[in-house]
Amino acid sequence: MIFVTVGAQMHFDRLVRVIDEWAGQGGEAEIFAQIGPAEYEPKNIRFVKFIPPGEFRKVMVQADGIISHAGMGTIITALELSKPILVVPRQAALGETRNDHQIATARRFQEDGKVLAAFSDDEIIAGIEALGTFEVSQNIGQHASAELLQRIRSFALGEGE
Amino acid sequence: MAVSSGGGHWVQLKRVMKAFDGCDLAFVTVNEAYRDDVERGRVHIINDATRWNPIGVLLIVFRIAQILWAERPNVVISTGAAPGCVAIILGRFLRARTIWLDSIANVERVSLSGTLVRHFARLRLTQWSHLALDGDPEYAGKVF
Repeated sequence: MIFVTVGAQMHFDRLVRVIDEWAGQGGEAEIFAQIGPAEYEPKNIRFVKFIPPGEFRKVMVQADGIISHAGMGTIITALELSKPILVVPRQAALGETRNDHQIATARRFQEDGKVLAAFSDDEIIAGIEALGTFEVSQNIGQHASAELLQRIRSFALGEGE
Repeated sequence: MAVSSGGGHWVQLKRVMKAFDGCDLAFVTVNEAYRDDVERGRVHIINDATRWNPIGVLLIVFRIAQILWAERPNVVISTGAAPGCVAIILGRFLRARTIWLDSIANVERVSLSGTLVRHFARLRLTQWSHLALDGDPEYAGKVF
């Protein structure tokens, strides 16, 4: 199952529509989508509007791949679970968010090889098909880098002052 | 005391809590379901709001003040957004050691919250080395 998620705050009808139409034209993958406060109603895929936070991780665990807006909660959870993820940034010009910070985030994570990213509708379709063969670079574990943990701890305990 | 709003802010906050092994912990966050994510420590659930909702922000200020008064933390750490911002500012007045960890989502510039708290957070961290121009904010690694 491929899990599509757009977060709870805003709809992302462009992403949902592209995937729904792809599925309607014979795209071969079982899709389950969380579509938020959407206006577009999918016809070819299973969907819900919202998933409670307590259930969200369970759905991620069951998924073979994730397609998501560039929300860090979803991206980091996918990396924790070693799930391949296609990140589709929201675009301010299309009224999908207030600013274009998701584009920069998606590009940077893509450059680091951590995620797939799609910046156009065509790239979303290509990305769905690439998800199946994407190699997850490494498991990120449950904790921040040792360097960051050490810096925070030493500051918190007042060391070196 | 560790403070964040939901989604990515909370996910990132959880990933740095190992830095506080052996410490007494209190969390402040915005969703009842997050209680299940916490293995150890007290959990306070408050409302969330953005700067577009001034009444919501006022409510956050009131609740955070209450919780700070009760908890009297030595350290306040936050990954954002509005609740963390408020906790860092008020925490500083209570002489807590305040730590701001800017979200890894901010790759082009430090967040608005991060900019707002720069005079109140004693340790200011970015997760991108190219944003640590003169060492302020400081880069000391990422949440993964």
